[in-house]
Amino acid sequence: MKPGDGFSWLADLGLSVRTKLAELGFAARLFVKLFALTPATLLRFGLVRDQIFFLGNYSLAIIAVSGLFVGFVLGLQGYYTLQRYGSSEALGLLVALSLVRELGPVITALLFAGRAGTALTAEIGLMKAGEQLSAMEMMAVDPIRRILAPRLWGGVIAMPLLAAVFSAVGIAGGWMVGVLMIGIDAGSFWSQMQGGVDVWRDVGNGVIKSLVFGVTVTFVALYQGFEAQPTPEGVSLATTRTVVVASLAVLGLDFLLTAWMFSI
Amino acid sequence: MAELTTALVEFKQVTFAYPGARGERVILKDLSLSVPCGKVTALMGASGGGKTTVLRLIGGQQKASTGKVLFDGQDVGGMAQKALYEARRRMGMLFQFGALFTDLSVFDNVAFPLREHTDLSPELIRDIVLMKLDAVGLRGARELMPSEISGGMARRVALARAIVLDPELIMYDEPFAGLDPISLGTAAQLIRQLNDTLGITSIVVSHDLEETFRIADQVIILANGGIAAQGTPQEVMNSTDPLVHQFVNALSEGPVEFHYPGPPAEADFGLPGQLTELKPPFKKGGST
Repeated sequence: MKPGDGFSWLADLGLSVRTKLAELGFAARLFVKLFALTPATLLRFGLVRDQIFFLGNYSLAIIAVSGLFVGFVLGLQGYYTLQRYGSSEALGLLVALSLVRELGPVITALLFAGRAGTALTAEIGLMKAGEQLSAMEMMAVDPIRRILAPRLWGGVIAMPLLAAVFSAVGIAGGWMVGVLMIGIDAGSFWSQMQGGVDVWRDVGNGVIKSLVFGVTVTFVALYQGFEAQPTPEGVSLATTRTVVVASLAVLGLDFLLTAWMFSI
Repeated sequence: MAELTTALVEFKQVTFAYPGARGERVILKDLSLSVPCGKVTALMGASGGGKTTVLRLIGGQQKASTGKVLFDGQDVGGMAQKALYEARRRMGMLFQFGALFTDLSVFDNVAFPLREHTDLSPELIRDIVLMKLDAVGLRGARELMPSEISGGMARRVALARAIVLDPELIMYDEPFAGLDPISLGTAAQLIRQLNDTLGITSIVVSHDLEETFRIADQVIILANGGIAAQGTPQEVMNSTDPLVHQFVNALSEGPVEFHYPGPPAEADFGLPGQLTELKPPFKKGGST
């Protein structure tokens, strides 16, 4: 270090803070712009429909299989605990509430981030690296409007649908373990569930969570792809960041949403 | 005034610098140039000399730090997004490796600007796309995906896409890089042919001296952020400027040094003063 460089750490610190703030500002502006484009995006619904199909189809198999296994485990663990208190008929209610309120939206969002989110980031990062986004700009087509906005809405719409599939398959898994394997009475399994699950308070809140996670995961994936360095290393880093940031954001938001929704 | 009416693109004392962590990196310094209507203008110069930046400034993808970039008399840097997009619809740009949309077929790539900007019927779009593909000799390749065609073909598809909205200006960013001799000759011929038959203005950024000099009406050589030489290919060839002489004759010795600026070799190799005698043959690339 040269004698005059005693404060270079301060300059570095200032630069990194400024860079982070600029990134945050850019992300916020992109977020606002994407939502301002909502009417125009929904008018060209064909593009959104393609993305719902693409993203949903991509994740459907992994969501369904995971849902089934989570349902199996819930059925087993729920039964072991409930039978201690002699209330194993409530297994259906426990499985349904766990899935609809928490596990359905959260695990779906985590799996979606790993499966579809990474695909989105890599796709957009590689489009950037291949100058496809620049080419689009030079054709007077706004890539945010044409590429990012339909993908955001595709993700937002696909997420609750996938969470619904996850919960439904999970409940079927819980039924298989509880009713078919262990032999709990099918009537009480379903009637307890029917009586205890509230459409608005439980299912409705689960859907709201899914929508929030849909916005979060898809936006993180799109932003990371759009801001990726246009190199192989940059795209790989961006893909990793998508999973890390989206997963942490989902878990953090889930806590906040749960605290807000079920505190009363 | 006569010059103003014939120039489609004009740079007026344009300075452009990239911001960096430790100060700016100046790419263009007080650059003034004009691109005449209906001609092929070649932009040449060493790598990193700001040629691609010139294209990005014309397209409004970068903004000049100072000075004005005029397209048909309007300042590109001062345009709002709507006006800028209007101006871009009058330009076509061919990127270095084509930049085709990899998820769309050759046909859909060329049809993309039409579908985005017009309400033409599918039948009419089909006819226009096939005509443009015919102009670049790829009418038969319409069904193929970008992964199924060669680099030279990809660039021709990109060219068809660039001309599909009948632009007034086409910018080519290194159209000859990495092409085999046949594709290279075809690409050069196409650029000249399209320029003359469609009556458009072309800007070609290239390193390929022979092909570029063959098709260009005007050659501009950029160096050190400014113009080192400008004129017809013949005038530039005969230039006595040492830098232009080095560039045109592809010499390793000249104002553009072989070595990137750094600490002296003596300091790096720990041989005080001894390497000074070795320097001239080393610079020539001789085997000492």
